[in-house]
Amino acid sequence: MINVALIGAGKMGLSHLAILGAHPEVKVVGVCDTAKLITEALTKYSGFNCYTDYLEMIEEVKPDAVFVAVPTKLHAPIVEKLIAKGIHIFAEKPFGLNPEEGIPLVKMAKEHNIVNMVGYHTKFVGTFQEVKKIVDLNLIGDIYHFQAEAYGPVVIKNKQNNWRADPSEGGGCLMDYTCHVIDLLNYLIAPVTEVYSSIIKPIFSSHVDDAVYALMKLDNDVTGVLSVNWSDETYRKMSTSITIIGTKGKIISDASELKVYFKNEFDCPPGYSKGWNVKNVTELTEDVDFYLRGEEYSAQIDYFIQAIMGKTENNINTFETACQTDQIIQMIKQKAVAL
Amino acid sequence: MERILFGDNQFFAVNHISDEKSRSQAIRFKSDEAIVKTLDNAMESGVNTFMCTTHDRIGNICGVIRNNPEKYKDFKIYPCMPYAHKYANAVTELGIMGTLKAFVPGNFLGSMFKGGVAFLSKDYISMMELLIDAEMKMFKGINTPVIFLQNVVTDLLLGLNMTDILVGFYNHVKKKYNAEAGFITMNMPKLLQILEDAGIQNPIICSSINKSGFRMSGGRALYEKVLAEKKFRPIAMQVFGGGAIQAKEALEYVCSLPQIESILFGASSKANIEDTVSTIHAFDSKPAIAEAEH
Repeated sequence: MINVALIGAGKMGLSHLAILGAHPEVKVVGVCDTAKLITEALTKYSGFNCYTDYLEMIEEVKPDAVFVAVPTKLHAPIVEKLIAKGIHIFAEKPFGLNPEEGIPLVKMAKEHNIVNMVGYHTKFVGTFQEVKKIVDLNLIGDIYHFQAEAYGPVVIKNKQNNWRADPSEGGGCLMDYTCHVIDLLNYLIAPVTEVYSSIIKPIFSSHVDDAVYALMKLDNDVTGVLSVNWSDETYRKMSTSITIIGTKGKIISDASELKVYFKNEFDCPPGYSKGWNVKNVTELTEDVDFYLRGEEYSAQIDYFIQAIMGKTENNINTFETACQTDQIIQMIKQKAVAL
Repeated sequence: MERILFGDNQFFAVNHISDEKSRSQAIRFKSDEAIVKTLDNAMESGVNTFMCTTHDRIGNICGVIRNNPEKYKDFKIYPCMPYAHKYANAVTELGIMGTLKAFVPGNFLGSMFKGGVAFLSKDYISMMELLIDAEMKMFKGINTPVIFLQNVVTDLLLGLNMTDILVGFYNHVKKKYNAEAGFITMNMPKLLQILEDAGIQNPIICSSINKSGFRMSGGRALYEKVLAEKKFRPIAMQVFGGGAIQAKEALEYVCSLPQIESILFGASSKANIEDTVSTIHAFDSKPAIAEAEH
């Protein structure tokens, strides 16, 4: 049994908490949040041990692992204290407000040998896992272009009044939405090493960006386009997709459907043939023991717990790769053209 | 409940296998008339129950039903609440407190926070009741004999072990709407267990049940065991496994399972609706024929 505590019972925190609550290897030993409405409900109905001070909680319940799901600006100070105590950490994305915050934490986590993970759940989606396999096997020839996109209906009118509307607290489409796409891109093809130019555009928000467009180069010299917009109400929910074009084929994938085109029969892996191939997430998804919102949310938590138990390696969504993503976000900011 | 229930995913661009199909559905069902026409097609095939989420556009459909009482006299709606994305997008923008303030009617939250006193259990239950009532407004004057809690909320409460809230939903729906409560879930065996433990007898539970085991948490074998051994009123949804199984094979499997009271499916075209309905009826009558032959 792994004793787990949660700091921050907001949208992601509650989602994690429900999955943890149903996980057979986990005991939830404490929950910390400042909203009384939430903590009293969790005390009354769920019987969780609730706190308003996370340090007090850590002292009292001595968790093996902690989920940090507070607003981004609070990640670094909390994570630092937890690492110092040798506690395994799952932090929400993005890892920090900037890479300067994250870099020392990456080093510290290594020194303290803790299991560390950041909640980039998209990597656990079946279609994207299949993309990774095809790319790693070099099956579509020399990749020469990518298009990485995400659209959704978060801010669709002139009204916003919380930490997500404040750039100093980690609000905005770049910090909240775009990080997912960059992180996925880094993982699927190669890390972004250069941002040639970018457009960071407010649409409905007055203080933060609602759309981000950029031209980028990856570590393997592949170039491509990033296009993200969270003010697009033609999408029912966040939709992330990636297109990868190579000399021998092409991949188009979102979280529901994977389409792969192979130029030659002999380049096709088992289960694929020359021309277009379509696979759905339903056939690429592994079952989970408890489902809430999507298999990937349960799968990433299970991966974290398995890593703590020593049953799997801790090399997906580490602080290090998440911090790399933060570095690229900073590069996009630096290369933004004046509008 | 009727053997076949008509679902609404196709109307609201919910497609588990393709974002492209979602968009073409959104285009196809842009007008309310297109939705009503498809519902009429379902009725013509003998399917008189529409199980739908409390999406804003359902309010317009309810208007059409109210204005044609004779035509829809046998028509029933099973509302499924809440329309989760409405809240999820709001939570991303406004946070949990902001969302509650935006959606709980009246000044309930304001009065709750006044004085900073501790919240009472009845406050949470009252808040939930107000949210249910707000979602139910659009169904005024419509026959809604079963009211469902959507899976994202059911399963969140299940994971958080908030059984009392699930029971609170059950009680309120019964008392205020004289309806039965139904629960949609992706974790049927777990949910049934806690509902039974809470003293809810023979609950209506709608869950994914399909030959490919898609979204059947704990596995198909466990679901089959529960269906064979426990007493409840199951509705099978996602019977095509998100498109992974051929229609005939999918329906044959579901029709062969014990206890399944209803099968929920959605389709856009008249031909698809007719096909699915007649295939279910054909498989339903098969065991009887086999018995008669012996």
